[in-house]
Amino acid sequence: MNDILLRHRQIPNLDQFPIYRQNGGFEAFKRALTSMQPDEVTDLVKASGLRGRGGAGFPTGMKWSFIDKNVFPHYVVVNADESEPGTFKDREIMESNPFQFLEGVMLCAYAVRANEAYIYLRGEFWQLAAELDKHIEYLEREGLLGEKLFGTDYSLRLYTHLGAGAYICGEETALLESLEGKLGQPRLRPPFPPSFGLYGKPTIVNNVETLANVPMILEKGADWFRGFGTEKSPGTKVFSLSGNVAKPGNYELPLGTTFRELIFEHGGGIPNGRSIKAIMPAGASSSLIVADEKALDTPMDYESVPSVGAMLGSASVIVVDDSVNMAWLINKTMHFFQHESCGKCTPCREGTFWMRHLTERIEHGQARWEDVELLNEVASNVKGKCLCALGDFSTEAVMSSIQRFRHDFEIKVLSEAPVSVDIKVSNP
Amino acid sequence: MNPLQERYSEEIAQVLSKYPADQKRSAVMPLLYIAQREHGYVSREQFAQIAEILEISATDVAEILGFYTLYHDKPEGKYRLQVCNDLPCALRGADQFLEGVCDHLGVKPGGTTQDGLVTVEAVMCLAACHRAPMFQVQSSEGIAYHEDQTVESAARLVDSWRATEVE
Ligand code: SF4
Ligand code: FES
Repeated sequence: MNDILLRHRQIPNLDQFPIYRQNGGFEAFKRALTSMQPDEVTDLVKASGLRGRGGAGFPTGMKWSFIDKNVFPHYVVVNADESEPGTFKDREIMESNPFQFLEGVMLCAYAVRANEAYIYLRGEFWQLAAELDKHIEYLEREGLLGEKLFGTDYSLRLYTHLGAGAYICGEETALLESLEGKLGQPRLRPPFPPSFGLYGKPTIVNNVETLANVPMILEKGADWFRGFGTEKSPGTKVFSLSGNVAKPGNYELPLGTTFRELIFEHGGGIPNGRSIKAIMPAGASSSLIVADEKALDTPMDYESVPSVGAMLGSASVIVVDDSVNMAWLINKTMHFFQHESCGKCTPCREGTFWMRHLTERIEHGQARWEDVELLNEVASNVKGKCLCALGDFSTEAVMSSIQRFRHDFEIKVLSEAPVSVDIKVSNP
Repeated sequence: MNPLQERYSEEIAQVLSKYPADQKRSAVMPLLYIAQREHGYVSREQFAQIAEILEISATDVAEILGFYTLYHDKPEGKYRLQVCNDLPCALRGADQFLEGVCDHLGVKPGGTTQDGLVTVEAVMCLAACHRAPMFQVQSSEGIAYHEDQTVESAARLVDSWRATEVE
């Protein structure tokens, strides 16, 4: 299989500019600027069928074409705030194949007529931001960034911006608020960023992995790209595989590869003589699916995963073996969501707090059976009532685990008589 | 010119040049990092100094600081050893690892060693789930990742910090 995004694994030192250049780097950018109109670039991306790799899977070219052409300046903002538990693909792309990523950002900026692009990185990617700054300086010296590029009227600047540890900043409008120097809390939508984004100007927000596809699409064409993946989900996907699996890591595979192939062929199966119990296909914000034969044979693409009761999302596959009790697992995920709720809207702020309170009680054998029902009820009251997706995400593992792994709760609740229900939620 | 601006005038000017002239406020996060660099936390005086540079209120600055986990408003260990024990790492033994590190250093999660050198904290996913157990170290030098760790390797790292302290 030909890697697109993880090409550095086949081409040693691809993170060095001369090597990237020797392998055709920045030819697409030069050709776009000197022989294509911005809209032609957008049309090509549309024709490729590329869909956003940040989680929602929205068609990329279509998003670009929504940019408001009556108001300027335009901005491109890259979402490099990778914080979903189980997700570590963007980091590898930016560290090991940085120029392809940067060229993708540059092509996007040209296509949407932006002269400035910001790369918003999670604060923990401190070293990575310093590396990207060096690469950007280098591109400026080489005449690939700056004024009047290749003798055209087009100029472009790239900047990095570090966040400081808040999962919610991965939500695109919260990210924009944060970049504006405000609290990273989501905005009411509409208006959407292509008409009202950074500083109130038309803005395209894209994920790192999405943009890293673009140079190769320009270079090899839409049909070539459509040769990978499925009809509705063309291209490859970097699957971040983690949890109870022998070889965790990033695997670039065509969309539509089955869970079985990813986990057992590439990931080396389940270690310690254990067997697989559950899968979370989209990180901690995912529903838990029972890892039966049907689930394992399900193709991982945006259309098929819902048939087994989950979403593909960012395709961060967390494997759970049969030693794990789901009451423990949802307590972990609730800890995460309670910690990361931005506090802007009540159902999420209060709901995550209460769900954590209950999962903590259940996990410590201090719950009554009614508490499991209560937990389910709180979750169903949070779902669909929040300002942004985080609120809904917080309920996925809860509701699916109660529905599909009820036995695990029974073990926790029934085997241990409630000693006391006076347990405090530790608030780190 | 206030003390922060004086000391880091060039760097601050460079940060400000990234954003449109009428959108200085965007520089609040980078300036908090600059202010935090020397002592590992941002003092009340520095809130005011950042606010003055950006023409916003000190409360706005304090609010930003409180919202994000990588900023601190009180002095703690010189090195913050931040262990990820979020779900994927926990499936690979991160909880036991955290406990082992804490036992070794004689602290509880959130606590600081007696010599004031190391604060151990449990944190959320750091995008290194495939290399668990892992932690990051936040210090005056920025943030560094340490992956595929054992309690022994973490202990050796802490020893190396202690050795440089003595020198
Ligand atoms: S759903 Fe949660 S994270 Fe989203 S805006 Fe509301 S409180 Fe904030
Ligand atoms: S869960 Fe620990 S780095 Fe992702």
